[in-house]
Amino acid sequence: MVVISDIIVQGVQMLLVLLLAPLLTGYVRKIKARLVRRQGASVFQPYRDLLRLLRKEVVLADNASWLFRVTPYITFAAIWVAAALVPTFATGLLFNWTADLIAIVALLGSARFFLALAGMDVGTSFGGIGSSREVMIAALAEPAMLLIVFCLALVAGSTQLSTVSHFLASSYVGLRVSLGMALVALFMVAIAENARIPVDNPATHLELTMVHEAMILEYSGRHLAMIELGAFLKLLLYVSLIACVFLPWQIALYGSGALSYTIGAGAYIVKLALAGFLLALFETATAKMRVFRVPQFLGAALMLGLLGTLLLFVSRSF
Amino acid sequence: MHSLAFDVSHTLAGGLVLISLMMLYQDRLYSLLNVFALHALVLSLSVAWQAFIQDAPHLYVTAIIALVFKAIVIPVALHRIVKQLGIHRDIESAVGIGPTMLAGMGLVALSLVLMLRVTSDADPLAREDLAFALSVVLLGLLVMVTRRNAVSQVVGFMSLENGLVLAATGAKGMPLVVEISVAFSILIAFIVIGIFLFRIRERFDSVDVSALDDFRGERR
Repeated sequence: MVVISDIIVQGVQMLLVLLLAPLLTGYVRKIKARLVRRQGASVFQPYRDLLRLLRKEVVLADNASWLFRVTPYITFAAIWVAAALVPTFATGLLFNWTADLIAIVALLGSARFFLALAGMDVGTSFGGIGSSREVMIAALAEPAMLLIVFCLALVAGSTQLSTVSHFLASSYVGLRVSLGMALVALFMVAIAENARIPVDNPATHLELTMVHEAMILEYSGRHLAMIELGAFLKLLLYVSLIACVFLPWQIALYGSGALSYTIGAGAYIVKLALAGFLLALFETATAKMRVFRVPQFLGAALMLGLLGTLLLFVSRSF
Repeated sequence: MHSLAFDVSHTLAGGLVLISLMMLYQDRLYSLLNVFALHALVLSLSVAWQAFIQDAPHLYVTAIIALVFKAIVIPVALHRIVKQLGIHRDIESAVGIGPTMLAGMGLVALSLVLMLRVTSDADPLAREDLAFALSVVLLGLLVMVTRRNAVSQVVGFMSLENGLVLAATGAKGMPLVVEISVAFSILIAFIVIGIFLFRIRERFDSVDVSALDDFRGERR
């Protein structure tokens, strides 16, 4: 019986992230449009876009290899698994023993690796430029992410997300300057990884600045739908990562009843709405930076992570 | 295990180190001055908190001196100097921002390692304050070393002095007379440096100190 309910809860978690991801993106777009006093598309527009793309025919380049065709599915699968591992409304789910922060970083890294390869596969100039920029950003964002992971692991004594979330929800953790730095650094990394505004603007197709869009320019039909859904899921993943580590309140513990799971889910949706609103606010308030300034931006994230880790050694409780 | 007093002073002192690193990141003169004002503001908060937890009312005077002089008077005066000199707002740095930040991180790590080794049996609060103060001092020196513009070197010098005040307030029992004299000597130094800035500018038509190298015959 216990195993069955575990499987059900884990399945609910996987479906929840899949269903909520386009909604979050649509919501952020809507808020952004409203903030600049425009009407904006409906919050359900990403679902419609995905359905439309799924119905369309796939147009492939003549020289596209098998890698180009399997990449959307590999990318989507890796990101979905990673998103399903992050505790959203409950800790201690069935697959939790694998929900290691380093494993999540590795899953996202492999997804990006395949996407960058596919960008270069067809041999157009845009794909190449997009891949090289994406890899440049990734090469700087990943060390920063790992330093944040180290910082959290030193505080919580584990890299397993469930344990980290559980520990940070308890009252053992006081006011920690390191955690504040890790939060800011994680926010910067999330912005860079999700191609949000100061680093990249996925809403434009301007040759000089596009990073992610240039890489997936050759995709169409259901392949594009998979990649888009993967991108939506990635945004949701980072938001829930921030929520479960830094705002772990009301998250349901393992084996608690259906009521606490419901409360956890409600709290999770409130957190998503809050994070989406803050993201939209941030994006309308800042301008896109030059591509050559991105290394400095990510260098600052790296520095914050490193400083947070260093400061842990002077705090008394460590 | 956790006391609020420790956590708050830890946060303030750690924030001071972070703002020192932010100072290294700036590449505009006005934003550098604003960050410096923020540095002094956090310093005065930190000193006030020390005064509160150590029950030492004379430290409030230090906090007020820091607030009035370093957070208000000196940044405003530097703003006016920059405007009067008409120097262009970009800061020419001798080393790029990336390597500078890495060097800064190295200095923070160095001072933490050093202080935690040396003061292993001291009070944890004083120990942590000393480690942070040393890193603020070293970062101030780094700002002075890596910038070629004389105004930003002055800012580096002032932030170095902020580190000294942090160290002094963390260690209990510094007499008020010493603090006041330090604060006023800094003010005098600031005035002297201000006069010097105008002299350098008069002589060389710029406040880039690399012009001095030519004068000494050390042409690069």
